[in-house]
Amino acid sequence: MDVEAAKYLAAGIAVGLGAIGPGIGEGIAASKALEAIGRNPEASGKITPLMFVSMAIAESTAIYALVIALIILFG
Amino acid sequence: MNLDISLAPQILFYIGSFPVTNSFLWMIILTIVTIIFTLIISASLKLVPGKIQSIVEIFLEGGYDFVKSVIGTDKKARRIFPLVMTMFVFTLITNLFTYIPGQAAIMINTADGPVALFRAVMADYGMVFMMTTITIILVQVVAIIVHGPFGYMGKFINFKSPLSFVLGLMDIIGEFAKLVSLSFRLFGNIFAGEVLGAVMLFLAPFFIPLPFMFLGLLSAVVQAFVFATLTLVFVMLASEIEEDEIVEQASI
Repeated sequence: MDVEAAKYLAAGIAVGLGAIGPGIGEGIAASKALEAIGRNPEASGKITPLMFVSMAIAESTAIYALVIALIILFG
Repeated sequence: MNLDISLAPQILFYIGSFPVTNSFLWMIILTIVTIIFTLIISASLKLVPGKIQSIVEIFLEGGYDFVKSVIGTDKKARRIFPLVMTMFVFTLITNLFTYIPGQAAIMINTADGPVALFRAVMADYGMVFMMTTITIILVQVVAIIVHGPFGYMGKFINFKSPLSFVLGLMDIIGEFAKLVSLSFRLFGNIFAGEVLGAVMLFLAPFFIPLPFMFLGLLSAVVQAFVFATLTLVFVMLASEIEEDEIVEQASI
């Protein structure tokens, strides 16, 4: 396998594995937030921004994997 | 595929030996626009606000209430609010203005071939790193002022037990990890948004990139908010005195 092919494979694997955890985590965050809004619809204005913030923080490991993949591809 | 994507911003021209990159140029333009807008607003302040002044007031008041609700007291909020709000506004404006249609298509010729004149400011890692450095230095300064130089050192190096010694050393690594995680979060999101937009435009020029652009807009706002909020939370954590420490200080 030449180096170019190995690079593309490595980038794909990096993002694919790195996105598993944040995918699950964001799903849990969204489901809990929706549950909370379902119980108490008046609180949705407070819950929604907090949900976005926590989702963005949970997302960051996927973003690290993405940065690594981009460095592999274009760096 | 011949997409031209590079991690570092491209150099447009040199002033002396100082390289002017496309991110830097875009940042200067946006900063000047923001400053002029601010000066116009502050010069035409009225007791009965007009339309634009009302919008700015609502925006700032909302920001202040949020800062106060996180950090607790009015006194602390007054001190930290200008920095946090500046970071939020600057990040928000630089992120949002990359979505002006057509702005990415302006190219100029340089020595290394054609280069886009503008590039998202936060897609330049140097810029994000400097903003994060400001946050981290501020957090250290606040912590040292609150705990005192020796009290702060004692958090990291203590000989109470082997476990707390190791945990203290881990805390030092944790401080550096803050720097890396905070900066990579913003940089990665904005840069990935740029790359995703470019790839989607390359694959299908009409309609299909629109949802991805909407996603990019959302993440531009959310990431600006997250960056400022995390700065605020770090400062809040550094400025708090724990219960046993209060007892310690009282006994001294």
